[in-house]
Amino acid sequence: MTRHVDVLVIGAGPAGLAAASRLAAGGARVEVLDREQRAGGVPRHCAHGGFGTPLHPLTGPACARLLADAATRAGAVVRTGVTALDWAGPRTLTTVGPEGPENVAAGAVVLATGARERPRAARLVPGTRPAGVYTTGELQQAVHLYGQPIGSRAVIVGAEDVSYAAAGTVRAAGAEVVALVTHLPRAQTTPARALDARLRHRIPLLTDTTITELLGHGRPTGVRVRHRDGRAATLPCDTVVFTGDFVPDHELARRGGIALDPGTRGPAVDGALRTSHPGVFAVGSVLHAVQSAATAAREGTHAATAVRDWLTGAAWPGGVPLLADPPLRWIAPNRVTPADRLPYVLRTTALLPRPVLHVTQDGRPLHRERPRLRTAVPNRTLTLTARWAHRIDPEGGPVRVTAG
Amino acid sequence: MTVTTSGPLPTGPYDVAIVGAGVVGSAIARRLAHHPRLRIALVEAQDDVGQGTSKANTAILHTGFDAVPGTLEARLVREGARELAAYAAESGIPVEPVGALLVAWDEEQLAALPRLAEKAERNEYHATRLLGPAELYDREPHLGPGALGALHVPGESIICPWTTTLAYATQAVRNGVDLHLDSPVEGAARHDGVHHLTTPRGPLRARWLVNAAGLHADTLDRLLGHDDFTVTPRRGQLIVHDKFARALVRHILLPVPTALGKGVLVAPTVHGNVLLGPTAEDLDDRTATNSTAEGLDRLREQGRRILPALLDEEVTAVYAGLRAATGVDDYRIAAHPDQAYVTVGGIRSTGLTASLAIAAHVTALLTDAGLDPGPERAPAPVRMPNLGEAFPRPYQRPDLVAADPDHGRLVCHCERVSRGEIRDALASTIPPRSLDGLRRRTRAGAGRCQGFYCGAAVRALFEEAQG
Ligand SMILES: Cc1cc2nc3c(=O)[nH]c(=O)nc-3n(C[C@H](O)[C@H](O)[C@H](O)COP(=O)(O)OP(=O)(O)OC[C@H]3O[C@@H](n4cnc5c(N)ncnc54)[C@H](O)[C@@H]3O)c2cc1C
Ligand SMILES: Cc1cc2nc3c(=O)[nH]c(=O)nc-3n(C[C@H](O)[C@H](O)[C@H](O)COP(=O)(O)OP(=O)(O)OC[C@H]3O[C@@H](n4cnc5c(N)ncnc54)[C@H](O)[C@@H]3O)c2cc1C
Repeated sequence: MTRHVDVLVIGAGPAGLAAASRLAAGGARVEVLDREQRAGGVPRHCAHGGFGTPLHPLTGPACARLLADAATRAGAVVRTGVTALDWAGPRTLTTVGPEGPENVAAGAVVLATGARERPRAARLVPGTRPAGVYTTGELQQAVHLYGQPIGSRAVIVGAEDVSYAAAGTVRAAGAEVVALVTHLPRAQTTPARALDARLRHRIPLLTDTTITELLGHGRPTGVRVRHRDGRAATLPCDTVVFTGDFVPDHELARRGGIALDPGTRGPAVDGALRTSHPGVFAVGSVLHAVQSAATAAREGTHAATAVRDWLTGAAWPGGVPLLADPPLRWIAPNRVTPADRLPYVLRTTALLPRPVLHVTQDGRPLHRERPRLRTAVPNRTLTLTARWAHRIDPEGGPVRVTAG
Repeated sequence: MTVTTSGPLPTGPYDVAIVGAGVVGSAIARRLAHHPRLRIALVEAQDDVGQGTSKANTAILHTGFDAVPGTLEARLVREGARELAAYAAESGIPVEPVGALLVAWDEEQLAALPRLAEKAERNEYHATRLLGPAELYDREPHLGPGALGALHVPGESIICPWTTTLAYATQAVRNGVDLHLDSPVEGAARHDGVHHLTTPRGPLRARWLVNAAGLHADTLDRLLGHDDFTVTPRRGQLIVHDKFARALVRHILLPVPTALGKGVLVAPTVHGNVLLGPTAEDLDDRTATNSTAEGLDRLREQGRRILPALLDEEVTAVYAGLRAATGVDDYRIAAHPDQAYVTVGGIRSTGLTASLAIAAHVTALLTDAGLDPGPERAPAPVRMPNLGEAFPRPYQRPDLVAADPDHGRLVCHCERVSRGEIRDALASTIPPRSLDGLRRRTRAGAGRCQGFYCGAAVRALFEEAQG
């Protein structure tokens, strides 16, 4: 049996819910599926603040509720506990939930499937396989959603925003943070946040340091670490949290044969969030793992315009590839059309003091911009405006972004 | 049905005690359970069956084509493979007959292929075939460049090692075997024709003793006064790749053994992943199931040559198993009739395949030595939950979901494990006693996110069941 809707949104996180709200408010029949029992995506378990706006700060769960309520009020149908499994046609998905399997066909599909942190195994960290080894996502759910005890001394791998959030969760669970460990020469968060952790909470930050081995059978007894200068040590602990190192949850996109960007590993999209498959859009962390929830929600809202255009018969422009040259790691969106106006987000692999971004096409300079960040650091967002997009040659070669 | 985990052990003597509930000990218990009059104890040091080497291997159901001809191992592998294939079909253990290709990467390896084909003949395996590079790349388009040819062994299969051990143990317990977990045997003595085994849970007595203690079989053997062999653990580290890698490979890609040693294999798993490994490192430490940076580097270096695209896929898990090597290219199975005792040692790298034949062999040794097993009847069959991708999983079965909506409620998203499957595993004959045990029964938490999404939810379900 196949059911028909105007728009099917896969994923009820900030990006998918924002897209659904805007589209439903415009009168479309919108259905949002989420495989979790509750809508809201990752913010559901981010008990800390840092969501919302500076004027209206929100905790993650409050943000999740607000977005879910808004989508429902606008008339979108939000179905939780339902998994989109695979494609049965260009815009038809097979799903399963407690009511059984079903095919849902849509005029447009919006992929908002989010991103996850790479766990210990994916990072090829050698050693034993004790319990008590988490990602931030699992840790937050364990502590904030289920009230499960964790150990008493945690080493946190990473020193970016999410790592500091993990430190907060460890402390909220009554445990001690042994150290934050990063292979980079400095923390990748705001100086204020780094300073607060170090001075107020006395959490040591080990920079230029890698985890070389996990120790302990049953429960961790410690981690071996090595400094860039060759010094090695063992940090005793009974809990290890692997943070950051995000990868997009691109399973559905790949199963559908949708082109991925080699840099982000998420679907390649243009500034209107169109993928390589006509009528299929992608928004949020699946495009660029990860930015703030606000960025994800803004994209969801932004995509609504192009979704409506598509439903009313607009063409599907291809766009020109947008490439980030090393040491830039990736850029998203990663295709460009002259009509684009959404800011681009970028990541770098190396520290770049006072970076300047140059945009060129076939050797022709299009734009030059100095981002707001004093120093660009890995794992932190750099943005680039789209003010130059109308100047591209839609028939020309790839557009390149270089850091100078 | 008796599964115990704490408290004193039963005092009345058993007819047979089997020490070690790996795939071998469990198969022996299941085989002896064909004799309803026997009182049998399966005694395991750890908190679950199959927690030793049996959970950490390459999961291949071998044909035995490359065994050392004429050895006991060669015969038991050959017979065991046939028996296990039939048992798996009956019991719901996933098996995929994907076949193997021994890929030659240089002239020396190419020259070895005909000799391997001839060895297969001597092992009564007649279906091998030599392939040229064109047919090889036709069969395996993602193979790295430079392969010169291959030997095709169509009978090699992949199997679920966790379900196999669990099926044996479950069937044994349902047919009267007492399973005692958390019962390490620390001492053994024999008085008046009865073995007295010492455990932290008190003594256990049995008239006949079977030593299936895997890596510790030599230690137990010494307690009984034998100094026949010493186990040298040979570690094999393995890397499990993401499900997206499964489309890259159709067969088990085996290395061609040469004078320079054995390379690594690339093999699909019945769970839909791709394995790369194992290493072969001789160690002293029988607990050294840790992975190492050098080991993983070496595997990836070799994997890059065999299947370059494999390295672009995410790694899902890394593990290591220890083979019970004893310095001899055969099993160390010995009957000691005067002691009413059988040693099942040195079950090194083929024990999963041979398990049912080992069990039949050991049963024959026991009866030859004087055990009166009494009448025989086939035990009630078991039907295990399917963990294999080649067969319908519960969420794919509309009939099951309609009958029980919990089969449509996915908890572990990467592996698509439903709440119903987790609930059923928690209430099964041999319930899991750790999250690892639950994972081996359901695959919950075994996927690419390793618990980012479902870890806490699965733990909550597990803890709820523990009360
Ligand atoms: C640990 C952590 C801490 C963070 N802290 C902050 C912070 O303090 N402030 C901030 O602004 N941002 C924070 N972020 C980032 C923020 O959470 C993301 O930007 C935001 O959640 C992205 O929204 P999304 O909708 O793209 O994806 P998600 O929130 O990840 O939602 C994706 C949804 O898709 C569903 N889904 C996936 N596949 C399927 C399928 N096949 N079928 C059905 N449903 C599916 C998932 O269940 C999920 O609910 C944090 C992220 C993490 C991981
Ligand atoms: C890397 C690797 C790859 C392999 N690949 C394959 C393959 O593809 N195909 C195949 O057929 N075989 C393979 N094998 C071999 C196979 O895994 C083993 O032969 C088999 O698991 C051995 O089973 P076992 O029951 O003898 O040992 P184990 O599984 O180790 O069981 C022994 C049990 O005895 C218990 N025990 C020990 N001492 C005591 C005591 N004193 N008291 C109570 N209990 C005790 C242990 O806790 C353990 O549970 C591989 C092995 C390795 C290491």
